[in-house]
Amino acid sequence: MTAVPLQPPRRLVPFTLDGTETRVPEGSTILDACRSAGTDIPTLCQGDTLTPKNACRVCVVEVEGARTLAPACSRRAEEGMTVLTDTERVRHSRKVVLELLASSTDLSTTPRAAEWIKEYEAKPGRFGADAARVDEQPKIDNDLYVRDYDKCILCYKCVDACGEQWQNTFAIAVAGRGFDARVSTEHDAPLTDSACVFCGNCIEVCPTGALSFSTEFGMRAAGTWDEPAQTRTTTVCAYCGVGCNVTLHVQENEIVKVTSPHDNPVTHGNLCIKGRFGFQHVQNRD
Amino acid sequence: MDLRFTDAAPDAAERAAVDDLLGPPPSGWEGGTGRSDADLRWARGGASAAKDRRDQLLPALHAVNDRVGWISEGALNYICRRLTVAPAEAYGVATFYAMFSVRPRPAKVLHVCTDLACAARGSAALRAELTDRMGSPGSPADGTVWQESPCLGLCERAPAALLLRAGQDPARDGQDPAPAGADGSRRAAVVAPATAAALVTAARAPEKAPQEPPATAAVPQAGDPALVLLRRIGVVDPASLDDYRARGGYAALRRAFALGPSGVVREVLDAGLVGRGGAAFPTGRKWQATAQQADGPHYLVCNADESEPGTFKDRVLMEGDPYALVEAMTIAGFAIGAHHGYVYLRGEYPRAYECLSHAVASARTRGLLGPDVLGQGYAFDIEIRRGAGAYICGEETAIFNSIEGQRGEPRSKPPFPVEKGLFGKPTAVNNVETLVNVLPILEHGAAAYAATGTGTSTGTKLFCVSGQVDRPGVYELPFGASLRELLVLAGPPERLRAVLLGGAAGGFVRPDELDVPLTFEGTRAAGTTLGSGVVLVLDESVELPRVLLRIAEFFRDESCGQCVPCRVGTVRQEEALHRIVDRTGAGAADDIALMREVGQAMRDASICGLGQTAWNAVESAIDRLGVYK
Repeated sequence: MTAVPLQPPRRLVPFTLDGTETRVPEGSTILDACRSAGTDIPTLCQGDTLTPKNACRVCVVEVEGARTLAPACSRRAEEGMTVLTDTERVRHSRKVVLELLASSTDLSTTPRAAEWIKEYEAKPGRFGADAARVDEQPKIDNDLYVRDYDKCILCYKCVDACGEQWQNTFAIAVAGRGFDARVSTEHDAPLTDSACVFCGNCIEVCPTGALSFSTEFGMRAAGTWDEPAQTRTTTVCAYCGVGCNVTLHVQENEIVKVTSPHDNPVTHGNLCIKGRFGFQHVQNRD
Repeated sequence: MDLRFTDAAPDAAERAAVDDLLGPPPSGWEGGTGRSDADLRWARGGASAAKDRRDQLLPALHAVNDRVGWISEGALNYICRRLTVAPAEAYGVATFYAMFSVRPRPAKVLHVCTDLACAARGSAALRAELTDRMGSPGSPADGTVWQESPCLGLCERAPAALLLRAGQDPARDGQDPAPAGADGSRRAAVVAPATAAALVTAARAPEKAPQEPPATAAVPQAGDPALVLLRRIGVVDPASLDDYRARGGYAALRRAFALGPSGVVREVLDAGLVGRGGAAFPTGRKWQATAQQADGPHYLVCNADESEPGTFKDRVLMEGDPYALVEAMTIAGFAIGAHHGYVYLRGEYPRAYECLSHAVASARTRGLLGPDVLGQGYAFDIEIRRGAGAYICGEETAIFNSIEGQRGEPRSKPPFPVEKGLFGKPTAVNNVETLVNVLPILEHGAAAYAATGTGTSTGTKLFCVSGQVDRPGVYELPFGASLRELLVLAGPPERLRAVLLGGAAGGFVRPDELDVPLTFEGTRAAGTTLGSGVVLVLDESVELPRVLLRIAEFFRDESCGQCVPCRVGTVRQEEALHRIVDRTGAGAADDIALMREVGQAMRDASICGLGQTAWNAVESAIDRLGVYK
């Protein structure tokens, strides 16, 4: 039986969302309110298990009376606030942010990026062929996962998951500044020389596919990655007694990657190296 | 946290530099050599103790960089062991700051300013000649490397350069430093105005470089009885507390003690003082809001990270009248209920650091700082923290992260600093000039102070006049004086092309707009800004597209990289300006339209003021000056 944690009742905060009077529990963000109202707001750096870093700015909304737009993912709903989520100004910022991202990084494996680019009529190509790109080669320094920073939008989620918010390993941080900032180990050392414990929780939270299982990276390169053909089976990790849930992604009867349900009250999507990567024995048929 | 280190070990000099700051390692766990039996039984520290020391990370990086010239893997490991910081995080912090290097480089680094005021006064030619004599920037030769630098805050003596030499410092940080040049091992030499020959000489023998002129040389009005904030500059001996007191010093603090904290806040509110850093927020309201917070302790942070290109007023105040800042901070701390004040001083101001360190140390010995200020039972002390080359650290929340030993990235607001600031506690952040204004308010009363200036901009304002004028320097005028009056004082060029108000984040005005009143409301009404008081004067010899390109480069370099609109937007802006640098009319129209769109998104969606204002100056040059017509 799954325990359902009960929380103390929260006061409801009344505010206006896109012209409709709305009430959300105190402490809710504008994004929470939008999602419960069925309004679709694009997000990239927001993560359901992490404190919002509000770095990508794709979820910005207009708060009446404010000089600038506010990130829906972290701005809390306040009493009497009037929020507009689909004004010309909002759409313009989202469009430009998508253009800036798509013109500098590879969004090919970012879920929904193509859909949003179409929806907001973003034209990343208009900065010209010479527009500076992040221009990184995939870093392959271990057997378990690949860091393809050409796809990194610097959302800080992997850094937060590796650091004090989840894993407390602190193997990676953002280094450098501005356009040259990169997620990096100390002195850009290989992961095998760093503090990395290969829990793969950074892969779990990466919103763009910059971090991926070696299996997925290899299959994508070979053109054999076929996500619609994959099945997902959630089961319990058999390695120790904690009982973490693992979701096995299986293509052609081979486990190709492992994730973990974020709504699990014990692990919130976190695993260790065994649960995340220790699946080879399952498919060892000799 | 389970720290993991590489095998790289610090050398003796690196170890000594860190130990001089932090004391010898208390145990083998923290980088000491060998582990005793006691060490094996008792591991001190732990995560919470490490958290308390994280703010020593930036000083420790400075210590190594100052001693050795760069931060090696071994040195970084040692710092991390001493402070229980993850190496990846410390590397992230070290690479955030322009003055640190994580690659080997010579002990002598020559920073040559490329920014607006210096560019207007021949820094391009200077750099070309320097390339001939010393090689290209970034390539070491003869134990020196020279590099291009953003504004050094020496605009009145443009073109400027700053030579920093790593090595053992006889006067250790935190103690009473000896005046520069008193011994043979000068750590810094300012060469301004610079010639290539002087720079080569200075690089060869920094100790023989000519002494900097006193701060008063930057104040053309020196001696004018109408001066308020600058009245003591050139009059008082900046190294003498007795002289400061003989010239009216510490009268304001006595009055503050007589009024009590709420009385001081009331006085500052009545005086109508607003922040001089650029945002013009009412200081009294900030203090009141901080003082009222139940959470504690409260902190005071003096923002002396004066990095806006063209700004140098705070440097002149700190070098010419450092005790005024010490006294003003004591008053501010008293008003908001803080017992600890930080001065966040930009790393490129070695002389201001010396002057202020001396002032703080001597005030402490004389009981004007410490557990019982002036025998009034109020405890207050000041700690100076040096920045390390990051414009963004002048942003009020980025300062907190920088002091706390994190990357100097701005935080998102709310919560505001008065509620959750430094170390998550209620904090008032004030600019140097704002704080110094508190002295005349308390000395003469709020009414007398508010009698100067206009209804909404009270008092006097410092202006940093640079570029093509006869007498560049810091000027003090009552609010309400026109730009024309200021230019007449400074000696304008014959063929004025434009004036940049407010710095790189400000806006241009045309020669026919010189009657704009220099007040916050007046400049706002005219569609520009006073900002931090930059008045950069450009004549017709200046190629404006190149000035704009330099502004765009500046923002690209100084963006922290946290949010997308600023990180990529500043790059796209620079690219567009590059494309149209020699174009006009229809040839530039597409790129201007593109920049407008990107600029709007930067203004609307960036986290902090840097991204929000990065397009201001370029936009005003296009719209007001018609640069690309």
